[in-house]
Amino acid sequence: MRGGKNSNTVGVLQTFVFVLSSAVIAVAAKTTAPPLSPTNIFAPASTPAESIFGLSIFVLAVTAAIFVVVFTLLAYSVVKFRKRKNDDGREPPQVYGSNQVEVAWTVIPILIVVALFMATARVIADIQKASPPANAIEVVAIGHQFWWEYRYPGLHVVTANELHVPVSDPQHPTPTFIKLLSADTDHSFWVPRLAGKTDLIPNHPNHMWIDPHETGLYLGQCAQYCGTQHAKMLLRVYVQPRDEFDRWIQQQREPASTSDVVSEGQRVFQTTACINCHAVAGTVANGRFGPDLTHLMSRETIAAGAALNTPENLRLWIQKPDAIKPGSLMPAMELADHELDAVTAYLETLR
Amino acid sequence: MNATYIPMEQQPVTAQLPSRGRVGMFVLIAAESAVFTIFVVAYIFYIGKSLTGPTPQDVLAAPIFYSICLLSSSVTIHLAVKALRLGNVSTFSRWWFATIALGGIFLYGTATEWHRLIYTEGLSISTNLFGTTYYSLVGLHGSHVVVGILCLTLVLGFALTGRVKQEHAYRVDVLSLYWHFVDAVWVVVFTVVYILGR
Amino acid sequence: MSTDSITWPQTGTAAHPFVDRLHEWVTTVDHKRLGILYIIYALVFLLIAGIEAIVIRIQLIRPHNDFVSPQVFNRMFTMHGTTMIFFVVMPVLFGFANYLIPLMIGARDMAFPRLNAFSFWMTAFGGLLLYFSLVGANGLYGAGNAPDVGWFAYAPLTSPTFSVGHSTDFWTLALLVSGFGSIGTAINILATVLCMRCPGMTLAKMPLFAWLNFVMAGLVILAVSPLTAAQIMLLVDRYLGGHFFDTQAGGSAVIWMHFFWIFGHPEVYVLVLPAFAFASEIIPVFSRKPIFGYSVMVGATVAIGFISMSVWAHHMFTVGMSASANTFFVLSTMAIAVPTGIKIFNWLATMWGGKIEFKTPMLFCIAFLFQFLAAGLTGVMLSVAPFNWHLGNSYFVVAHFHYVIVGGILFSLFGAFYYWFPKMSGKMYSETLGKLHFWLFLIGFHLTFDFMHLPGLLGMPRRIYTYEPGRGWDTWNLIVTIGVFFQAAGILVFLGNLLWSYFRGKTAGSDPWDAWTLEWSTPSPPPEYNFSVIPTVKSRRPLWDLKHPADPDWKFE
Repeated sequence: MRGGKNSNTVGVLQTFVFVLSSAVIAVAAKTTAPPLSPTNIFAPASTPAESIFGLSIFVLAVTAAIFVVVFTLLAYSVVKFRKRKNDDGREPPQVYGSNQVEVAWTVIPILIVVALFMATARVIADIQKASPPANAIEVVAIGHQFWWEYRYPGLHVVTANELHVPVSDPQHPTPTFIKLLSADTDHSFWVPRLAGKTDLIPNHPNHMWIDPHETGLYLGQCAQYCGTQHAKMLLRVYVQPRDEFDRWIQQQREPASTSDVVSEGQRVFQTTACINCHAVAGTVANGRFGPDLTHLMSRETIAAGAALNTPENLRLWIQKPDAIKPGSLMPAMELADHELDAVTAYLETLR
Repeated sequence: MNATYIPMEQQPVTAQLPSRGRVGMFVLIAAESAVFTIFVVAYIFYIGKSLTGPTPQDVLAAPIFYSICLLSSSVTIHLAVKALRLGNVSTFSRWWFATIALGGIFLYGTATEWHRLIYTEGLSISTNLFGTTYYSLVGLHGSHVVVGILCLTLVLGFALTGRVKQEHAYRVDVLSLYWHFVDAVWVVVFTVVYILGR
Repeated sequence: MSTDSITWPQTGTAAHPFVDRLHEWVTTVDHKRLGILYIIYALVFLLIAGIEAIVIRIQLIRPHNDFVSPQVFNRMFTMHGTTMIFFVVMPVLFGFANYLIPLMIGARDMAFPRLNAFSFWMTAFGGLLLYFSLVGANGLYGAGNAPDVGWFAYAPLTSPTFSVGHSTDFWTLALLVSGFGSIGTAINILATVLCMRCPGMTLAKMPLFAWLNFVMAGLVILAVSPLTAAQIMLLVDRYLGGHFFDTQAGGSAVIWMHFFWIFGHPEVYVLVLPAFAFASEIIPVFSRKPIFGYSVMVGATVAIGFISMSVWAHHMFTVGMSASANTFFVLSTMAIAVPTGIKIFNWLATMWGGKIEFKTPMLFCIAFLFQFLAAGLTGVMLSVAPFNWHLGNSYFVVAHFHYVIVGGILFSLFGAFYYWFPKMSGKMYSETLGKLHFWLFLIGFHLTFDFMHLPGLLGMPRRIYTYEPGRGWDTWNLIVTIGVFFQAAGILVFLGNLLWSYFRGKTAGSDPWDAWTLEWSTPSPPPEYNFSVIPTVKSRRPLWDLKHPADPDWKFE
């Protein structure tokens, strides 16, 4: 009867799909380590991410075991207890329940829950209760629609969108502790290889920390819907050797490089609405609504990672932000072509 | 089409199931309680968190007299229902009217207090967190009093035109459950706003 | 109580004008007709929300796609989520509950037929209000703006500062209005189950369907009300200058999250308990055995109901709650997995030793079991707060909850459609088309939602209108989108089957499945009064007792 064949096919197809998926997941986890997936949660490079990784493997193992056992029982029952072609038409034995069986499959899950819970509680405490050692780098991250403001209060640096931190030697850790604030709506800081995500919520300061063990560029993006351009509020964390980091800090502290001649571009910048939103240290521009531009040229990207920092992109961004990031809060400045060229040239001097 | 149903036995009804009016009203009260709970939680959470004044200590005066009126109306409505159960429609109408009057006095008290708060003390719903939570919570309760009074007045109208009889005591009792609920909520609101919050 | 009217509509005669029939349907208070209205309403919105999903997935088929603008995309996912939850799944479940509960407990109608009608029309109006936003929400930026704040509308994105115009107001009002409808239906279900059971039917003899909907209704009362409160607060903020969620005035964005999720978590149990109800009626009949462990199933359901009120902040693990708060919610969430798992085991035990018939309803319920198992386990993964700090707000969560809602609830619901279609229409559906629907949808479901877990594990957050290449997400997104078209094909086959069978199907008779609960003792479809004589029952399976007088259930229960 058609039912019989279908049952086998149901079981087989289900098994096939699940086996395929798990194989794919396993392969994906292994082969999409950087650089193929720079945001793989199973490739941790910092202690919080590593603690989570250890816990997650334990959890995956437990849930996989439960899945295999119950799946097998379900598949078995669907195959073994199907109505056969030569069925005698009588109803099977009517079993109403069994107290022993109910107790068994209540107690065992409770024990599994206890084990999972204890493991989880330990990792929560490890990550959330860590306090900054004396040599920790302090960063304040302020979420904006749709960019990241970074301040290093102890080091007197204000920058945007590209976070630089020193690499941390596991023997002598130099972690970075980040205080998370928001200037407008909710955001979330998620760089998977460094730590789990933590939200930036106005009027609700949060804290997180990272201690990356390997230098390099780590990627992520905003992970709490914050409006139209949530998708392009990207994160770039540059983990550098200590001396490079110190040099970067030094450079960021300098006021903007000036020349004696006030350029045409600087004049355009300072007399149009640019200075309402942007700051350039050492000049009259000290707007805080948009990113600090003092060392704009030290960044590899603009518009919170949405475009590479090239003169063409910069010019396009100023002329028509919607071409790069439609819905961002940077207005199209409606500048004449020569003004546009001049401003771009000026910004190109802000190293 | 032809019925091919299977006939069932018929036996006299023996089970004592609860009455649906009562059950329905209790469930409605449960839902309303959940709504009020959220407003109370918001009120309590925001105590002391306003960034600007005025504060409860500055401007609130506990409406003792009006609260006594409202809570007494629970007594009068109970007496009204009791009278109707005994078949005494005129006594019922008098106590029922007293309930409406006491509820009306309470609303008058709320209105005068709000007038004072807004025009003398400068506290409106948009002034600060206290203003927002205060007017919302007390206003939510007040709106339930208004709805209650409308329903009670409707029934009074029926009573005065001779349409309310002894057999309606059950329905009137179900309505009185709503009124008791409104009074019970006031006990909570009064405690949270005028005692805890100051 | 019974409707006293004896003038019931004539059917099938040409002299019955369309206007009259329309009038009957619009003014009906009959639980069966209201049930069907709910179901048809839900199917219409299923198509609309499904199209929204297709738009989302086409946009995400490759990185930096420009099928739609970010503004349109953000409206799509907001409307898709809001529509599916409030105007598809809740109405269809209320529809089945309304139709079946009185029949299953031997009553002539729900406790409050007019409240029933009022509740339906409130829900219906809410849906229309939500979609009216497309034309009616004149903001500063021109005509027609659907809400784009996400289905959970976090503050302060919903404040007048960040959501200009009226799109958010349509979201708020639509949910407020339909919330009144939900609460009305819940009052009705609770009162009907408590007050209208036929003689002999104690609570312990009630079908599990009635029990599960009873607990569901209790959850609606306790959960939808906080949402109502939060909506009122949001309206106070948006229209009266209030500061409930105004962080500039010292207000808290987090408190919106608490209020929303105090609704939002029990809400998912509101959605899933009726799905359990369908499975608990269908699996026994097609296994030819009674449900295994009836009392434990009831106990587990009640436990789930209670515990579900205490887990809400597992949606907020990334918000920055204290370690103790996070730990508490981990524990309560893991705890709820225990009674849920017990249910799966009891369904398994019901099939064990039975004689399983693979008719379409049972195929869907078997798939439900496998898929709900997987969904529950990804839920356990998400309950581990540190793991949640990665997985939360990523495509892993999107995959998880679609696994529950589509793989669990929708599959079980399809089972219910096929199972009760003969009762509601009097006709048998086409088994061939039913199986075609099943296979198409199964393939599509797994292509989409199995592979959707992967981008989440590789760092892809949710609610993004596009994504960067080079993050390892591209291939998986492509596969996910392809699966959608199989699902769409399956749904079209399903709707075609319903329509074709309604007009051309074979007569079903009153009991095509040889089942055991009271609805199968009436004609198909049942007359307006349901039962000519109110039955008296002695066991949980009254029709089993009648068909097997030598070994009736009441001797062994």
